[in-house]
Amino acid sequence: MNPLLSVRDLTLLYGPEKGCQGVSFDLYPGEVLGIVGESGSGKSTLLSVLSGRNRPDCGQVFYHCPQTGSIDLYQASEAERRNLLRTQWGFVEQNPRDGLRMNVSAGANIGERLMAQGVRHYGQLRQAGLQWLKQVEIDPSRIDDLPRTFSGGMQQRLQIARNLVSSPKLMFMDEPTGGLDVSVQAHLLDLLRRIVRELQLAVVIVTHDLAVARLLADRLMVMRRSRVVEAGLTDQILDDPQHAYSQLLVSSVLQP
Amino acid sequence: MSQHAESNHIVEAGYNFAYLDEQTKRSLRRGLLKAVAIPGFQVPFGGREMPLPYGWGTGGMQVTAAVLGRDDVLKVIDQGADDTTNAVSIRRFFTRTAGVETTERTHHASIIQTRHRIPETALRSGQIMVFQVPIPEPLRFIEPSDSETRAMHALNDYGVMHVKLYEDIATYGHIATTYAYPVMVDQRYVMDPSPIPKFDNPKLNMSPALMLFGAGREKRLYALPPYTRVQSLDFEDHPFELPKWEQSCAFCHSTESYLDELIVDDEGTRQFVCSDTDYCSQRCNEQEALA
Repeated sequence: MNPLLSVRDLTLLYGPEKGCQGVSFDLYPGEVLGIVGESGSGKSTLLSVLSGRNRPDCGQVFYHCPQTGSIDLYQASEAERRNLLRTQWGFVEQNPRDGLRMNVSAGANIGERLMAQGVRHYGQLRQAGLQWLKQVEIDPSRIDDLPRTFSGGMQQRLQIARNLVSSPKLMFMDEPTGGLDVSVQAHLLDLLRRIVRELQLAVVIVTHDLAVARLLADRLMVMRRSRVVEAGLTDQILDDPQHAYSQLLVSSVLQP
Repeated sequence: MSQHAESNHIVEAGYNFAYLDEQTKRSLRRGLLKAVAIPGFQVPFGGREMPLPYGWGTGGMQVTAAVLGRDDVLKVIDQGADDTTNAVSIRRFFTRTAGVETTERTHHASIIQTRHRIPETALRSGQIMVFQVPIPEPLRFIEPSDSETRAMHALNDYGVMHVKLYEDIATYGHIATTYAYPVMVDQRYVMDPSPIPKFDNPKLNMSPALMLFGAGREKRLYALPPYTRVQSLDFEDHPFELPKWEQSCAFCHSTESYLDELIVDDEGTRQFVCSDTDYCSQRCNEQEALA
């Protein structure tokens, strides 16, 4: 099987050991990769260069599209990159306010990617909106409500629906459960796990919460001071950490 | 105040022809040439202070000043009317600073500066329409960043334009945008046709006249050369529709023109009259001549 995403020696530094450097990995279709580490270790920087939002200092990101072949993300034109970002890829922000259009209805938020792809049929957009609201367990009768009238958990689910409508192959998530209380978090994690399995999504998820990583991720990368210090299967890293920092991270988790 | 006569009109001394200096007019013309070469594309220009506030037509006046020649005949309308404050003062401004002939007759005019209307009388080849534009960026309501909207124009990335139309249908059951209705120019650039009623949108399509748009506050120019394809945006199952009404003009009984609703007494009695005063008075004259 060919990898979906190949990353080679990716580096973006804002200062010595600020940012990320020398990151290489392959991500396969349907695989969930977790990136864990403390605040300031470069997780979010890595995610932003992976997802085409920030140009790296050096290194390459290859996306192997089953239909159109391989694309070098930072050699491709701006138009190609944008097209990739809104069709084959999705991005779930930590704060749903950044990922949603707060001044238009839930239905319009879900339909936006379709409209950008040239769907010009209101009935079809409406249908997609209702269907995806149901998929993410939001009452379809709220299709015309503004996202600001939704609770935090619902906003996060709406953001996920808005990304999934174009049937992406790859999703990036930046602490999708941050800022939610534990029961809402559990609900969202259940939903994410179901969707990832059903749609065979490949996911790169950044989190500082090891429980989230354990639940969702197949593989983990532990980051510290801009470098990946350990990478491997999730259970292997969480149960038998090798690097001193991984050991510290695992032992720091509070047990209720 | 010393005054001297020029081409039969009194021109105020101390002003260059049409108020702006020649270098400014040249830079505006360069911008306009670029705008005409790329229909619908917004060209930035070095906007000047005009002796009236932003929002009163400073963009349109600068464009008019740049294209005005001594032989031109100028018509100025505001919401279709020749006799409202804005129209009267802009017309008088150019009479005093350029000494050009002015008219209220649409087909006599070679340049028509307008706020929010296109005349009912069909335009002809050789005429120039100058629009006063408050917000030139059609994507502004949904994308506040200017660098982002410019990238969207450059990459033909116009999906969000339909988000607004979607919202209209979701809220009102039909596309409720009635003015400043976005258009696609020559299948390339989405353009704000300035706040003309959508009733006037079809007049933009394949018009024989040159259409120039000037936004004074935002300092942008754009243009439609003659015979340019201009399509109003819509959905397949909710196509662009022209508004219809049962009333006819109280003066000329026109059922085809765009009507203004007037409240004429304290009881709230309503009357509908043509918004285009020239069109209306022409029709009244014709009807009197026949009677």
